[in-house]
Amino acid sequence: MHPLRKQRLYGVSLIVLLSSAAIGLVAFALRDNINLFYPPSEVAAGNAPADRNIRLGGMVVEGSIERSETSLATQFLVTDYEASVSVRYTGILPDLFAEGQGVVAEGRLNASRELIATQILAKHDENYMPPEVAAALEGKSSAPADSLLP
Amino acid sequence: MWSFIHKLGSPPWFFRFSGNVVKWLLPVTIAVLFVGAFWGLLVAPPDYRQGNSYRIIYIHVPAAVVSLAGYYVMALAGAISLIWRIKMADIAMKAAAPVGAVLTGIALVTGAIWGKPTWGTWWVWDARITSMLILFFLYLGVVALFEAYENKAAAAKACAVLSLVGTVNIPIIYKSVDWWYSLHQPASIKFTGESAIDASMLYPLLLMITAFYGLFALVVMMNMRADLVWHHRQSSWVRQWAGFE
Repeated sequence: MHPLRKQRLYGVSLIVLLSSAAIGLVAFALRDNINLFYPPSEVAAGNAPADRNIRLGGMVVEGSIERSETSLATQFLVTDYEASVSVRYTGILPDLFAEGQGVVAEGRLNASRELIATQILAKHDENYMPPEVAAALEGKSSAPADSLLP
Repeated sequence: MWSFIHKLGSPPWFFRFSGNVVKWLLPVTIAVLFVGAFWGLLVAPPDYRQGNSYRIIYIHVPAAVVSLAGYYVMALAGAISLIWRIKMADIAMKAAAPVGAVLTGIALVTGAIWGKPTWGTWWVWDARITSMLILFFLYLGVVALFEAYENKAAAAKACAVLSLVGTVNIPIIYKSVDWWYSLHQPASIKFTGESAIDASMLYPLLLMITAFYGLFALVVMMNMRADLVWHHRQSSWVRQWAGFE
């Protein structure tokens, strides 16, 4: 290769390497802020701030959803299979909100370290399959799965 | 091999070559696009949890995949332009930027449309979505920077540096869902091991991704051809092609 072009090639490589290193260090320094939510074990360990809004993400514990009979108030447990945190929310839940499914709740921790949520987002997982396959995996009939379809 | 690459740098040769490529790539891409869209939107089964709303992946995922790959095409053209000072590389870089911006825009908009019913929100500042927004701005930045210079050689140099600096964003977008806690789900298509998406839904998706790659190549090539004709409007090969001589 021509020495001038070789020099330019080094220049180009240097641009890519240095900018990658710079952005990499920034991302590393801000890693806690880039995370969208805290897992329940972090909240249970007291690593989440109690004086401002946080997001909590995890799985809704099976059988933990308690709905009020007179209002839209709901209470449920969110777990990462190491610890669970109780969440209270009043309002309409997203369609994909269900037991055993991912959820991200935004709100503030109260004195008893429950999350008083102002927004609930459903976290969808990466699995896509037809209802029959899902039913076969569950070992049940496809009727309940079909009823979820619009 | 080397002589082919050398020939690509020659405007009349590239113009003839790309004309032939467009001639067969256009019908093939349209055919794949139609088969993929028909298969994905009508034949593929509904999802067990999302029902029919998941079908937006047949637009969203191909647009997102090609917007990432297209960025590498643009940055590689930028590197070639910086090192070898080949005009054709400048033209390729300039042609790829608006196409990539449109694809990124499609991915962002379809993602928001899908996010509202599925997640319960249009927008959330998670790592995947935010880095995708940065990609959108990088593409637009290259388009704007190119137009900002009167001297096109200086413009190409500045755009090449900007696109090279931006390459760091591509692995960040790709790995963001694994490195950080994000609302966006991890990848369903896996290069190693079994994909998390059922085969009946995966095949039309792969067809659509192929079609979008074809579309990207086509639109970029046509952009380059239009640019070449304009730049060389005085030369005899363009005048011959246009039937003036």
